[in-house]
Amino acid sequence: MRHARVERWSQGASTLHRRHAASKIIAALAVLVCVATLTSHSVRACLAYLALLVTAVTVARLPVIRLLANAAAVLPFAVCFGVISAISGQPDRAVMLVVRGYLSSLTALLLIATTPMPELLAGFEVLHAPRFLLQVMQFLYRYLIVLMQEALAMRDAGASRAGSIRTFHDIRSLEFRKAAGAAGVLFARAYSRAQAIHRAMVARGFEGHIPRFRVTPFRLTDGIFAGAVVAVAAGVRMLLV
Amino acid sequence: MSQMVEVNGLGFVYEDGTVALQGVDFDLEAGCSVALLGANGSGKTTFALHLNGLLRATSGRVTVDGLVMNESNLRQIRRRIGLVFQDSDNQLFMPTVLEDVAFGPLAAGMSPDQAAEQAHTALEKVGMAHKSGKAPWHLSAGEKKRVAIAGILAGEAKLLVLDEPTTFLDPPGQRGLADLLESLPQAKVLITHDVPFARRLTDDAVFFLEGRIAARDTVSAIVHQFTW
Repeated sequence: MRHARVERWSQGASTLHRRHAASKIIAALAVLVCVATLTSHSVRACLAYLALLVTAVTVARLPVIRLLANAAAVLPFAVCFGVISAISGQPDRAVMLVVRGYLSSLTALLLIATTPMPELLAGFEVLHAPRFLLQVMQFLYRYLIVLMQEALAMRDAGASRAGSIRTFHDIRSLEFRKAAGAAGVLFARAYSRAQAIHRAMVARGFEGHIPRFRVTPFRLTDGIFAGAVVAVAAGVRMLLV
Repeated sequence: MSQMVEVNGLGFVYEDGTVALQGVDFDLEAGCSVALLGANGSGKTTFALHLNGLLRATSGRVTVDGLVMNESNLRQIRRRIGLVFQDSDNQLFMPTVLEDVAFGPLAAGMSPDQAAEQAHTALEKVGMAHKSGKAPWHLSAGEKKRVAIAGILAGEAKLLVLDEPTTFLDPPGQRGLADLLESLPQAKVLITHDVPFARRLTDDAVFFLEGRIAARDTVSAIVHQFTW
């Protein structure tokens, strides 16, 4: 499963993995802001950001091609909006929508592929992100896996009784009502599972706050790393556009 | 011996009107174990959920280790009662085994270092210390069950309530679990359909029938009386 792969990547020991999560979040945010504010005709800047990200992937000793391919998961959505822009007579804007979407996706993927989820949450906490938001993130991550498990179990149950439902073509070939029914059952099952998880949490003392377990110190090198990435990202944004 | 659990006239009705428990009287002494037997839907799990206040009684009274169940002492009661749920996947919600086991102690106010130490000790007790850095959902069913039990032991529970503990476990896993539970000094309430497993861990059994306790006797006598 894809989440398991990213989770495995995040357990690495490269220089980038060892940086404090907060410094990586700052660096990623800087790149995201710079990419998001790119205007049309910024080909050189786009290439520079791509080069920066690919270098980071290499430094993190992650599989470059696979990561670049996984980052393309966002393309169908970006292309949809791009097509709308193109139809409305703004082809340059359409291209930039797709490119910005891809670079942002790659940045976010690189962040989570070099930072285990607990550390990422701790990093956001260090940066004073709202605690409620962090808990939502943690539960979303946990429940997403629950939802996937339920979906896989239902897919297998369906396949065992009515043939394989594995591809988009198979899903398309299902009658809409059956698909909607299956989605409803999936959410009902996931809801029931989520209730059971919440009950187990309460039984073990959960009172609305998940306490922090590890506190990783923010070192000078982490600050230098974040500062350097911010400077490079801003430099590219100012000099190459 | 002191009374670990005392339940008087416990009744519970679900929101949809289903009467799950009526007039249940039950007691258990500290360090003792009992098996809860009975058909599916007879009220065993609903009863267990009352023991640490996850469900609140419609009528009657639950006393745990001398504390009468109410809102003000719920936290103390939950520290004394360790619930091990049927499906360990529901119980393990933290990103790593160590963090999951340390959750209880941390929630109880321990420092991260103390909680980590406590968690390590509990993981060693259940033979899972070597998996402390793993994500819980990557473990086998037997390993998950052991980690779930470690999570309870780390909280220093005096009573373990185990709901269908042998579900999803293969025979070696079941034997391993029985060995582990036998070695633990805490009082135990075992909700199970697995009679040999119950017999191995306790001789005391309660039979639930339509939300009531129909009999309390030895496991063998109950099995004989209800053709179980």
